[in-house]
Amino acid sequence: MRLRAEGLAHAYDGIEALGPLDLAVESGERVAVIGPSGCGKSTLLAILGGLVRPSRGRVLLEGEPPRGSLVPLAYVFQDFALLPWRTVEANVALPLEDRLGAAERRERVRAALARTRLADFARAYPRQLSGGMRQRVGIARALVVEPGVLLLDEPLSALDAQTRELLLEEMLGLTAGATLVWVTHHLDEAVRVADRVVLLSARPGRVRAILPVPIPEAERGRPSALAELARLRHELWGLLREDARRAEATLGAGPADAGA
Amino acid sequence: MPAREVPFRGGGFAPRRIRHVGWLSFLVLVGLWELASRAGLVSPFTLPAPSRVLAALLEMAGSGELARHLVASLARLALGWALGAMLGVAVGLAIGISSLARSIGLPLVSALFPVPKIALLPLLILWLGIGEASKVATIALGTFFPTVIATASGVDQIPKSLVRMAQSFDLAPRAIVLRVILPGALPGMLAGARISASIALVLLTAAEMIGAEHGIGALVLQAGHLMRSDRLLAGVVLLSVLGLAIGAAIGALERRLLAWR
Ligand SMILES: Nc1ncnc2c1ncn2[C@@H]1O[C@H](COP(=O)(O)OP(=O)(O)O)[C@@H](O)[C@H]1O
Ligand SMILES: [Mg+2]
Repeated sequence: MRLRAEGLAHAYDGIEALGPLDLAVESGERVAVIGPSGCGKSTLLAILGGLVRPSRGRVLLEGEPPRGSLVPLAYVFQDFALLPWRTVEANVALPLEDRLGAAERRERVRAALARTRLADFARAYPRQLSGGMRQRVGIARALVVEPGVLLLDEPLSALDAQTRELLLEEMLGLTAGATLVWVTHHLDEAVRVADRVVLLSARPGRVRAILPVPIPEAERGRPSALAELARLRHELWGLLREDARRAEATLGAGPADAGA
Repeated sequence: MPAREVPFRGGGFAPRRIRHVGWLSFLVLVGLWELASRAGLVSPFTLPAPSRVLAALLEMAGSGELARHLVASLARLALGWALGAMLGVAVGLAIGISSLARSIGLPLVSALFPVPKIALLPLLILWLGIGEASKVATIALGTFFPTVIATASGVDQIPKSLVRMAQSFDLAPRAIVLRVILPGALPGMLAGARISASIALVLLTAAEMIGAEHGIGALVLQAGHLMRSDRLLAGVVLLSVLGLAIGAAIGALERRLLAWR
């Protein structure tokens, strides 16, 4: 599905947090959103998903949802947002309840757990799992509804570096062909996952630059792609650096709950 | 400087439970009491020996008196507590979810919570008569307020991100209450149940001391009038056991329902 944001701007209690900005995500496209801390990335994603009402502008969703889709826009959260009192399988089943019969629900949960390599942990509780495992549950829960657009808010940021690397590779496979908006503050992550990187300015975040990643996703893990990815990363950092420095030296620009 | 061993400085300030010490010291205390009583150090009238209290308890159990008092008390307690807790959970949920309910309810509840509910018993007797209704109402009133507060703060403690997550998957409001809010507030509600149970027990005893024929509170009061301190203490023991049993039941419930923690 296609996602289009027009004239989006948001203020929290009169304090400008985002925009104004326009953004279009084409069907099957992968867009990374990167920007300095507190520039409004989470706010943008929450608005795109209908979880925060923008002060100005609107978001349009176009096109047909995939077959079997139950929810057009699905989220993956930085803090996983798992229900601690539910087992892995019950967490993944949550969005299917009231929508599907027991048999179909079981089958879809089973398939989602198998895809995310969680089958052996179906009966475990979140607190028993590592961070990487917990985020796998978050991903399984998002995939199980066959969403038209996948919205990911720093999905790997709560994980240690090695887990992040492992899960990144896995997620690229799991989300192949999906339309997605992936918010991150990691430059490497942005150039690895995206067809286009949207760079936001310091708060209130506006679109400063849009950089296409010219290497096919499948080739980005290869050594031959390293030079080009490093060049992109360098270019991004050049654009980001001053804003990041300013954001870091600002009061109240730390990571906050943007309502998502 | 010559080499010297780094001295250990990290000890203490981490109390642990030493096994068996708890109930052993309890036994020793009861044993000392028994000895003091038998040695004539305290008059059996002021403080009868534990063995005499036990004998009084057994005698009442044999005559069926104990069961009558216990049944009367348990019925009042169960009814009043269930009523107060059910209403309290409903109101607490409303305060936890709705701005209007919060704006109306929270100041009211905060103002009425500290009122000693036993002071309202005479008024409730005027309204409902001296019978069961006024006693049950006192207990219900006493459990209602702490349950409201425990439930509302239990709801407040649920991370907002979980509610947003549920909304992001298009869960209906009813489903969010049932699947996120209620289970998320359960730990707070059970913690509140412990508090309201002890309040209910106090109110039960007090209410039964005013115009009740049966009930542990009535038993204690009558024993006092008759200067039967052994029966009086038997009633007190009964109340303690009741309190402990309720606490244990809530603990078992917590272990079952909150196993995920
Ligand atoms: N619920 C909120 N209330 C008030 N201010 C908020 C809220 N959420 C976020 N903000 C502020 O809005 C700005 C953007 O926040 P956010 O979207 O979380 O940024 P990012 O995800 O890019 O770090 C920040 O300055 C943050 O402090
Ligand atoms: Mg953020």
